Amino acid sequence: MRVTQGTFSFLPDLTDEQISKQVAYCMRNGWAVNIEYTDDPHPRNTYWEMWGNPMFDLKDPAAVMYELGECRKVHKGRAYIRLSAFDATAGWESLRLSFITDRPENEDGFMLERQEVAGRSMRYTTRAYATDKPVGARY
Amino acid sequence: MNVVAPKRTGRYDAGVMKYKEMGYFDLDYEPKDTDVLACFRITPQDGVDADEAAAAVAGESSTATWTVVWTDRLTACDKYRAKCYRVDPVPGNPSQYFAYIAYDIELFEPDSIVNLSASIIGNVFGFKPLKALRLEDMRLPISYVKTYHGPATGIVVERERLDKFGRPLLGATVKPKLGLSGRNYGRVVYEALKGGLDFTKDDENINSQNFMHWRDRFLYCMEAVNRAQAMTGEVKGTYLNVSAGDMEQIYERAEFAKELGSTIIMIDLVIGYSAIQSIAKWARRNDMILHLHRAGHSTYTRQKSHGVSFRVIAKWMRLAGVDHIHAGTVVGKLEGDPATTRGYYDICREQYNPQALEHGLFFDQDWGGMRKLMPVASGGIHAGQMHQLLHHLGEDVVLQFGGGTIGHPMGIQAGATANRVALEAMILARNEGRDYLAEGPEILAAAAKTCTPLAQALNVWKDVTFDYASTDTPDFVPTMTPA
Repeated sequence: MRVTQGTFSFLPDLTDEQISKQVAYCMRNGWAVNIEYTDDPHPRNTYWEMWGNPMFDLKDPAAVMYELGECRKVHKGRAYIRLSAFDATAGWESLRLSFITDRPENEDGFMLERQEVAGRSMRYTTRAYATDKPVGARY
Repeated sequence: MNVVAPKRTGRYDAGVMKYKEMGYFDLDYEPKDTDVLACFRITPQDGVDADEAAAAVAGESSTATWTVVWTDRLTACDKYRAKCYRVDPVPGNPSQYFAYIAYDIELFEPDSIVNLSASIIGNVFGFKPLKALRLEDMRLPISYVKTYHGPATGIVVERERLDKFGRPLLGATVKPKLGLSGRNYGRVVYEALKGGLDFTKDDENINSQNFMHWRDRFLYCMEAVNRAQAMTGEVKGTYLNVSAGDMEQIYERAEFAKELGSTIIMIDLVIGYSAIQSIAKWARRNDMILHLHRAGHSTYTRQKSHGVSFRVIAKWMRLAGVDHIHAGTVVGKLEGDPATTRGYYDICREQYNPQALEHGLFFDQDWGGMRKLMPVASGGIHAGQMHQLLHHLGEDVVLQFGGGTIGHPMGIQAGATANRVALEAMILARNEGRDYLAEGPEILAAAAKTCTPLAQALNVWKDVTFDYASTDTPDFVPTMTPA
């Protein structure tokens, strides 16, 4: 399966040139780009690990691409990596863009657990197969 | 019997006098920052003076009745009288006038659309000396705006909860809108969400009919939502319509949606303003996104001469606290002039609306940090229009492709995928700095090379446009500067 979180998951994986253009777009808008990675792709896992702080005040996408390269050296193929852009403007103060740049070699997907309760009602739990394994051994 | 009216000598003598002379008309009045302002389009009966008609609107929407009453003198009556402070002819329409009326904030109960609307549109629309009357726009002072909670969730928090940023959200209304059983209905929801949509939606008249009772629908829909979430790793939702015949049933349905883990519920405009404010407060308490279908609005918003403009309804609904509101597509099958629609979208999404007569915004409006309302574009749109939709409607909008998903020749999943790929390709191109409006068809064609469902969608709907004249259009051209 393919996890379709993020802005561009339905397109073929972005090339570095395409990623760099998206970073440039974020910088033109004054947004801080952040690199994150995780081995827990649950749709409600909000807090991926931060690869350093968000990169405020940068002007050159090459700096972000360098950091992405460093992150890949450690995590590529063994985690999801995403770029997000933070906008500190009053009334927004949240993300403006967030997309996956790298995926683990095998995406294991999710188990949907159902607990049948009263009145035909159901309690649902979504569980990533990857997180059955301990941290460090997931992908 | 011959009754001779006594000759009038003073303002409070019994009898009838002109509204203009009763204190409802004052061209020298300077509206206070705290006044509620309204702009009405008035069409006086033949022979009725425009100023007197405007004064009558001010009178009948505030303290006046048809004759002088001495009990006015028991009140600080001048404060409670609305004042018409400006009358302008409508450009290009000699029979109509814009009347600007100021109301003291003390006339209104805090946090009550019912009270606001009962005052402003309660009585006056049937007033005989007018052929027609339309409430065009209102300026709500920030001191009054702050008495409302505003959207239960708001655009930013909705995006954070859904973990979806940087692109319009995608939805579809389940079709056919009547007759599907719960089991079949849930099938459509599953296919559309798994195919790539973020949301599916009940239609306005899906409540609890014999072909599908509401509990059945909710159970099957939530099975579909959870299954689609597990298959994609993405947060998904379906707007469960909780509209019902009474408030107790509305709450019961909303509670069940919450129990089942739904992220979003839906109501129809026809449940009424009090019910909307009640369920909005429930939604805030229960972390629920609240979608509003504007069912019924065209009965009073569409014709330019009479009724209430949708921009006023949009303002009221932002105050009342809904999170989504249908606000037009421009290019789809339903009424929607581009400039007028732009005005609606600005009301939903901006913190401050400067006056923009070319978009139908008659006043500056400060929302004082109130949360933003996500506009929804629904009705007759398809993947081939993606560049136009993004251009007209921007990024913070839900694009709802009902027929444009379910009517895909290869099925619902394929239809959903076509829409999602078209959208992502267009956002990618826009962010890269391309002229995506001009190059739209090429961008879509390029994306279709690696996405057969998109190629099929573009082929099926390539010639579909809804090109009719709009009835509700601005009266001002962009170059006009207001006095």
